[in-house]
Amino acid sequence: MATVPIPATSSPGVVLEMLYSMRVKDAMTGDVVTASPSTSLHEVQALMREHAITGVPIVDEGRLVGIVAIGDIIEALDARATDARAMERPAREAMTSSVVTLDDEMPLSLAVTYFDRYKFGRFPVLDSSGRLAGIITASDILRRLLIALNEEIVRMEQRMAGRQRATEGPVPAVELSFGTAPLDFSRAGNVSQRFKKALVERGCPPAIARRVAVASYELELNQVIHSKGGVMILRVFNDTIEVIAQDEGPGIADVDQAMQEGFSTANEWVRSLGFGAGMGLPNVKRVSDEFSIQSELGKGTTVRAVIRWSKE
Amino acid sequence: MRIREMAGIVDAEIIQGAFEDAELAGGYTSDLLSDVMAHAKAGEALITIQAHKNTVAVASLIGAPAIVVCNGRPVPEDMVEAARDEGIAIVRTDLSQYEVSGRLWKALRG
Repeated sequence: MATVPIPATSSPGVVLEMLYSMRVKDAMTGDVVTASPSTSLHEVQALMREHAITGVPIVDEGRLVGIVAIGDIIEALDARATDARAMERPAREAMTSSVVTLDDEMPLSLAVTYFDRYKFGRFPVLDSSGRLAGIITASDILRRLLIALNEEIVRMEQRMAGRQRATEGPVPAVELSFGTAPLDFSRAGNVSQRFKKALVERGCPPAIARRVAVASYELELNQVIHSKGGVMILRVFNDTIEVIAQDEGPGIADVDQAMQEGFSTANEWVRSLGFGAGMGLPNVKRVSDEFSIQSELGKGTTVRAVIRWSKE
Repeated sequence: MRIREMAGIVDAEIIQGAFEDAELAGGYTSDLLSDVMAHAKAGEALITIQAHKNTVAVASLIGAPAIVVCNGRPVPEDMVEAARDEGIAIVRTDLSQYEVSGRLWKALRG
C-alpha cells in the first residue's frame, strides 16, 4: 500500500496531522480552465500558453470526459510532418480519456500519495456528484502546506510568548513543562507523574505532593480529553507550587457550569474508561490554595492552581 | 495485612508480581478515576474494574500499592508493564467490587 512519502512514526505529528486533516479541496484550484471535446488542439494550446498551464480537462456538460496534457500537444505538433491538419483535430481525438481523479473530500495525504504513485503533473478533482470541482498540482499542495506550516509556527510563537509572559515576576527554583496531545490516553498521566517525582526528589512533603498531583492530573486529563493539545507547567517557588495548564482550544462555553461537580461534556467512550465524571475542575479547586481559570471559545483555556508549601 | 495475603483473601491471581509486599492501610472502591484521585488515601488498595494503563497512573499518583481488578476483567499488557515500572501490584479476581470490599473490610476491621 502506498503511503505518504515521509516516515509516519518519526515525523513531527504536526506535519502528518496537516496532511491528514486538510482536504483535497483545501489545496486545489477551483477556477479550472477547461475545453469541450470539440475544441481544436490549436485552441487548447492557446489556452495553455495564455494561462501558463500544462494540462486542460475536457468537459462535456459539466462531466469530465478526458484531459489534454502538454505531451499530447507536442505529439500533435510532431504529427504535422505527415498530417498538416493535426493541430486542427478536436480535443476528443487526442485526449486521455481514462483519467485518474481525486475526490474533493479526500485527505491531502492521499493526493501526495497519488503524485508519488502515478507521476502525473496534475489530477482533476471531482465533487460528490461527480462533477469537475477543480484541479490540483504538486505546487498547489506545496503552497497550501507552506501556508499551514506558517500558521502553525505563528501559533507556536504566540504560545512561547504567552509562556514568557507567564514567567515574569519571581524566578522559580524549578520549572518543568510538557506538552499534551488530544486523546492520547497511552501517555495521559505521565506529566503528573513527572511533576510528582520532581517534587518528591526535592523533599516536598507527601501530602503537598499529593495535592499537586491531583491538580495536575485532572488538568492534564482535561487537556487530553477536551483540548486540541496544550502545555502543562510546574513552577516551584520558595513558598508556593504553581501548576499552569494552557491549551489551544476549543475553550469552555460556560466556565461556571464547567466548575459544577457532575457537569461534563465527555463522550460515552471517555466515560467508560473512568473519566469525564465532571469532577476534574472541582477537584483541582478543592486541593488548591489559589485557583483561577480563563477561557475563551475558539482561543483556549488557561488554568492556574497554586498550592502553598507551608500549609500542611 | 500485606498485599499477597490480601490477594488470597479475595481469591485473586497475581498478574503483576514485581512489588514490595507492603502493609495495606485499607482499600478504596471506585471506577471513577477522578473520585479515586479525590478520596483514596495513600497505602490503600484500589478496587476497581478499570483495567487500563491510566489506572496505574492514578494508583502511582495517590500512592496505592496495589490494584484489585474485579469481575475477572482482562488486564492489557501495557497496564502490566506500567505497573511493573512503578512497582505496583496488580491482582485479578472473579469477585465483584462489592464482594472484594466486604471480604477486605471483614479481614481488616471485623
